[in-house]
Amino acid sequence: MNVHEYQAKSLMREYGISVLRGEVAKTVDEAVEGAKKLGGSVWVVKAQIHAGGRGKAGGVKLAKSLDEVKQYASEILGATLVTHQTGPEGKKVLTLLIEEGCEIDHEYYAGLVLDRATGKITFMASSEGGVEIEKVAEETPEKIIKVAVDPSAGFTPFIGRKLAYGIGLKDKEQIKKASKFFHGLYNMYVEKDCTIAEINPMVTTKAGEVIALDAKLNFDDNALFRNADVEELRDPTEESAKELEAAQYGLSYIELDGNIGCLVNGAGLAMGTMDIIKLHGGEPANFLDVGGGATKETVEKAFTIILSDPNVKAILVNIFGGIMKCDIIAEGVIAAAKSLGVKVPLVVRLEGTNVALGKKILNESDLDIIAAEDLADAAAKVVTAAKGEA
Amino acid sequence: MAILVGRDTKLITVGYTGKQGTFHSLQSRDYGTNFVGGVTPGKGGMVHEGFPVFNTIEEAKAKTECNAAMIFVPPPFAADSILECIDAEIPLIIAITEGIPITDMIKVKSALEGSKSRLIGPNCPGIITPGECKIGIMPGHIHMPGKVGVISRSGTLTYEAVFQLTQREIGQSTCVGIGGDPVNGTNFIDMLELFEKDPDTEAVIMIGEIGGSAETDAGRWIKKNMTKPVVSFIAGASAPAGKRMGHAGAIISGGDDTAEAKFKILEECGVTIARSPAELGEKMAEVLKK
Repeated sequence: MNVHEYQAKSLMREYGISVLRGEVAKTVDEAVEGAKKLGGSVWVVKAQIHAGGRGKAGGVKLAKSLDEVKQYASEILGATLVTHQTGPEGKKVLTLLIEEGCEIDHEYYAGLVLDRATGKITFMASSEGGVEIEKVAEETPEKIIKVAVDPSAGFTPFIGRKLAYGIGLKDKEQIKKASKFFHGLYNMYVEKDCTIAEINPMVTTKAGEVIALDAKLNFDDNALFRNADVEELRDPTEESAKELEAAQYGLSYIELDGNIGCLVNGAGLAMGTMDIIKLHGGEPANFLDVGGGATKETVEKAFTIILSDPNVKAILVNIFGGIMKCDIIAEGVIAAAKSLGVKVPLVVRLEGTNVALGKKILNESDLDIIAAEDLADAAAKVVTAAKGEA
Repeated sequence: MAILVGRDTKLITVGYTGKQGTFHSLQSRDYGTNFVGGVTPGKGGMVHEGFPVFNTIEEAKAKTECNAAMIFVPPPFAADSILECIDAEIPLIIAITEGIPITDMIKVKSALEGSKSRLIGPNCPGIITPGECKIGIMPGHIHMPGKVGVISRSGTLTYEAVFQLTQREIGQSTCVGIGGDPVNGTNFIDMLELFEKDPDTEAVIMIGEIGGSAETDAGRWIKKNMTKPVVSFIAGASAPAGKRMGHAGAIISGGDDTAEAKFKILEECGVTIARSPAELGEKMAEVLKK
């Protein structure tokens, strides 16, 4: 789960990580009021969307007067930002963060992430901050320091020192402040079950402070049951309504650009089904994993979600029953086809547990179903059907 | 015995009295697995579906002499059950549970180091040596005893591969689902090493996915150490970029975690590639003829 920058910073403050003072605004008036409240003579007006690259897209502006705060707030609020992470349709800005200014001395990068190869939470830090870290990794990998944290020892002082000296800090006070920053970041990562904590840039100021100027936090969905405070930060306007609805029924759904709807059990087979559709010259309209515990009702729901996409020209049901029984799927398909009036061609491939019973149920229904023999046959048939040649 | 499980395996189920735990324990028993009992704290002393229930794993081990444990405990408590198995020195732990928090698995992985236990999973279908022992949720009837080892990060895609093999009358030595989570107990290399040493295995199918570097690491290991042929498919060539992984994750895996990159590296390492999941059986048949 993703959160906004202002939410991330408020959480980080609880862990003793220095951030700038800021005010959240949903309207232009609130933005100006916020700036007045913060005081000073320089403010940063920042669009709050769940995507990076906001600066380049015009979503972050430096205001040198209250008039400028007003001007930038009215420009950015309601605008649709297109960045390399939003997709071509962009994201509409509904919230602003107004922050006080600061005098930056140097920009660094600080991140915490799981290294899957070692199974350890790993720090990454660099003297090159404020730019895309992928670029640094590619061009000057020696400028990225990695420190893995031993899970049983946790964060110990040497980690802070290694990172702080490693990115080139020299001042004793700053080393201390940076160590405290890294320690807070680690505690938050572990206690709140983050999957990514990325601070780009982390800055040192002319006044000698170490501050998180931006923050990107991502949380483990599987751990939200014990982090109710994180779950409360969810912004439904940032998530696909269909994907959220699907999740409520235990379905894992991701909308794509193609025209072949897919209903599959298991994430691997769902990806494999998309892959084979592409190999046969078709384009999948979605990824949909009905999971292992699907019922007649969830299969019906899955059809509703697939059919709500107007691009869908044909549907492929590919089930390899393990826990999932083929007869349950067959009943769900029939119920959905009847209640929803499926008008696009429907290709069904069943295999595994109770396959004979499943096929019998489909054969005895009066539905116009294209039966497929195996995976390759199913892909070929659904691609042909989507082209209107069936 | 092929690898890890066979006729000598004595199985208990942790979370046995739950609906799923009961169903799959009895399915394993029906397949021929030597199932000897279960663990559900608070229900010790009970007899459930003809098998004894114990309060602790240690007690279950003392009374049944089990050497394998299948975990069917809900995600919030599953890591604790795995740690209890490690403490009781159960040699083989198979965690079926899906949705265990990553930070819990980081602790489990650390506890496994230097322990007497091996963990398969979590979030996996389990492990089966056809005709001898089934531990997990896979449909037993699609398997056939034989000489091909199967390792996979995905459940249903494993069934697909096994089905294609059985259709061609190519049997399997052992099929292992290592699980789809970012932190798991056993990786591809661990299993390849066992298959390489196993006299009952002649060739291996390895099914991977996008994300991480487990497959490419395995490829490099194969090039150096493996004498038996390997056929591989990577799922997710058509998956949109950025949907699963954030920036920081992509750096640490060195950027070689797309399906395309994995296919390329595996091919360079001498692995036979199936570009389509429907070709796995066919490719293996070709490899075995050589």
